[in-house]
Amino acid sequence: MTQAKGTVLIIGGGQAGAETAVELRKLGHDGRILIVGEEPFLPYKRPPLSKAYLAGDCTETQLYMMQAANLEKAGIEYHGGVPVTRIDRAAHTVERADGTQLRYDKLVLATGGRARPLPVPGADKPNVFLLRTIADVQKIRAHCQPGKRVAIVGGGFIGLEAAAVLVKKGLAVTVLEGLPRVLARVTCPQVSAFFERVHRQAGVDLRTGVQVAGFDGDAEVKRVCLSDGSTIETDFVVVGIGLIPNTELAASAGLAVDNGIVVDEYTRTADPDIYAAGDCTHHPSRFLGRYVRLESVQNAMEQGRAAARNIMGRQEPYQMVPWFWSDQYDLKLQMVGISSGYDQLVLRGDPATQRHFAVFYLKNGRIIAADTVSRPQEFMLAKKLVAENATVDPARLADETLPLKTLVG
Amino acid sequence: MPTLKFIEASGQTHVVEAVVGQSVMEAATGHLVPGIVGECGGCCACATCHVYVEEPWCGQLDPPDEMERGMLDGTPGVTARSRLSCQIKVSAALDGLVLRIPAAS
Ligand SMILES: Cc1cc2nc3c(=O)[nH]c(=O)nc-3n(C[C@H](O)[C@H](O)[C@H](O)COP(=O)(O)OP(=O)(O)OC[C@H]3O[C@@H](n4cnc5c(N)ncnc54)[C@H](O)[C@@H]3O)c2cc1C
Ligand code: FES
Repeated sequence: MTQAKGTVLIIGGGQAGAETAVELRKLGHDGRILIVGEEPFLPYKRPPLSKAYLAGDCTETQLYMMQAANLEKAGIEYHGGVPVTRIDRAAHTVERADGTQLRYDKLVLATGGRARPLPVPGADKPNVFLLRTIADVQKIRAHCQPGKRVAIVGGGFIGLEAAAVLVKKGLAVTVLEGLPRVLARVTCPQVSAFFERVHRQAGVDLRTGVQVAGFDGDAEVKRVCLSDGSTIETDFVVVGIGLIPNTELAASAGLAVDNGIVVDEYTRTADPDIYAAGDCTHHPSRFLGRYVRLESVQNAMEQGRAAARNIMGRQEPYQMVPWFWSDQYDLKLQMVGISSGYDQLVLRGDPATQRHFAVFYLKNGRIIAADTVSRPQEFMLAKKLVAENATVDPARLADETLPLKTLVG
Repeated sequence: MPTLKFIEASGQTHVVEAVVGQSVMEAATGHLVPGIVGECGGCCACATCHVYVEEPWCGQLDPPDEMERGMLDGTPGVTARSRLSCQIKVSAALDGLVLRIPAAS
C-alpha cells in the first residue's frame, strides 16, 4: 500500500473536511493534518442551523463535530477565520487572504457552497438574512421575538424548517415560493400538498406561485413587493433559495469545474495530489448511473471518508444510495433515492388525512426512491428496497395490512 | 468523567472518557471510535450509531422512544440489546458502560 506521508491540507472546515481529517487518523495517517477554514468556528454540523439551533435549543459548541480538546488529542489542526485565496499546484502551496503560505503533500478541497442571494432590489438591506452559517443564524435569532413578522423567501427544506421553528416561537410567518408548490424539485405533488397543509394548519401564511420583485423601505426592509403589485409588511426577511457551490478556487487553479468541482469515483481531481469532497463536487454516482452534485450530510461525510481512504492508498470508490432527512414540527421526513423520472407512485397511508405515511417512486416497475413521514421502520426498509432497485407488486406495496417487512427479501 | 468501553466486532477495545450530558454517540465520534458514524448528528434518522448494550446496563437504560424503536425495527442485525447510541445520554450512573459495535454491513 502506498501510504500518504507528510501533510494533508484540507480547505474548508465543513462536515466533508472534518470527516476527511477524522478518517485519515482512524486509518493511521501519522503526518500533519491541517484544516484551513474561512469560518471562525470549529468544524460544525449545519442541519441544526434551521432546526434546534434556530430554535435556541442548542449551543454553538453542541454543533461542533469534535470539541477542541478532542481535535487536539487527535492531532487535527484547525486554522479558522481566513480564507484560502490561491492554490499553487506546482509549488504544492496554498495562499491565504492574509498572505501566509502553507505547504501540502495532498490537498483536499471541501469548500462546500454559499447561500444564493436573491437578485432583487433591496436584498442587500441589513434585515435580509441568508441561512447557511452560525453567523447567519445568530443574526436571525436577534430578530426572533414573539409577534414579529418574518417573510421567508423559498419553500425548500431550509425555508420550511425555519418557518416551523419561527411560527412555534410566536412570530407571524409568511412563506413565499415562486413555483406552484413547495419542495417541488425534490418530491411529488402529494407530499408537497401534505407539507403545505401542515404549515397552514400551524398558522403559516404560505403562498406558492408568487414572485418577489423587490424589497421596500429606507434603512431597512419594511415590505416585500410581489410581481403582481401586492405588498407584504414585514420586520425582517430570511432567504432560502439554494446554494452556489464554491468552485472558484479550483477553477483558478486550472481544475475542471462543471456544476461543481469534477472528481472521479475515488474523489480525485485530474491532479493526483488534489481531492475534493462534499457539496462542492460534481461526481459520478454508481447508483444513479450519471454525474450529480448533492447537498447532503451523507454525501459530505461519505466522500470525506472516501478521500481519506484514497489518500491512504486504498483504491476504494464511494458507493452510496442518497438519503436525506428534514424535521418540521413533530414530523420526520426521510427520503432515500432520487425520485426524478419516476413513472408510478405508490402510497402507503394517506397524506391528505394522516400525519404519517410512505410514498414509493417506481420506474419501469422498480423502486427508485421513497419518502416517508414519521415512519422510521418503513424508511429503513425502504432504504434496502431502493438500494436493490427492487421490483414489488404495487398493489401489495400499497396494502397497509401487509407489513412492509414481509415485502423485503 | 464516566468511562465508556466500546468493543469492535474484531475485539478491538476503546476506552473513552465521556462528558455527562453528551450522547454515547458523541463520546464515540469525539474519540475516533471506528464503526460509529453518527451521520444525522443524533436526530434519530440514520441508525449509523447502532450499538449493542451489554448487561447489566441494557436493562437499566431508559427504554427507547417510538422513533428509536421504529428505526431499530428496520435496522439489519438488531437484537434485544440494540440501541441507537445517539439516544443514550451519558450520566454518572453509566460509568463503566460496555457497548459492542456491530460488524460493518
Ligand atoms: C440550514 C441547513 C440545513 C440543512 N439540513 C440538512 C439536513 O437536514 N440533512 C442533510 O443531509 N443535509 C442538510 N443540510 C446540508 C448539509 O449541511 C450540507 O450538505 C453539508 O454540511 C455540506 O458539507 P460540506 O463540508 O461539503 O460543505 P460546507 O458545510 O459548506 O463547508 C464548507 C466550508 O468551507 C469553507 N470555505 C469555502 N471556501 C473556502 C476557502 N476558499 N478557504 C477556506 N475555507 C473555505 C466554508 O466557509 C465552509 O465553512 C443543511 C444545510 C443547511 C445550510
Ligand atoms: S446518529 Fe443518526 S440515528 Fe443516531
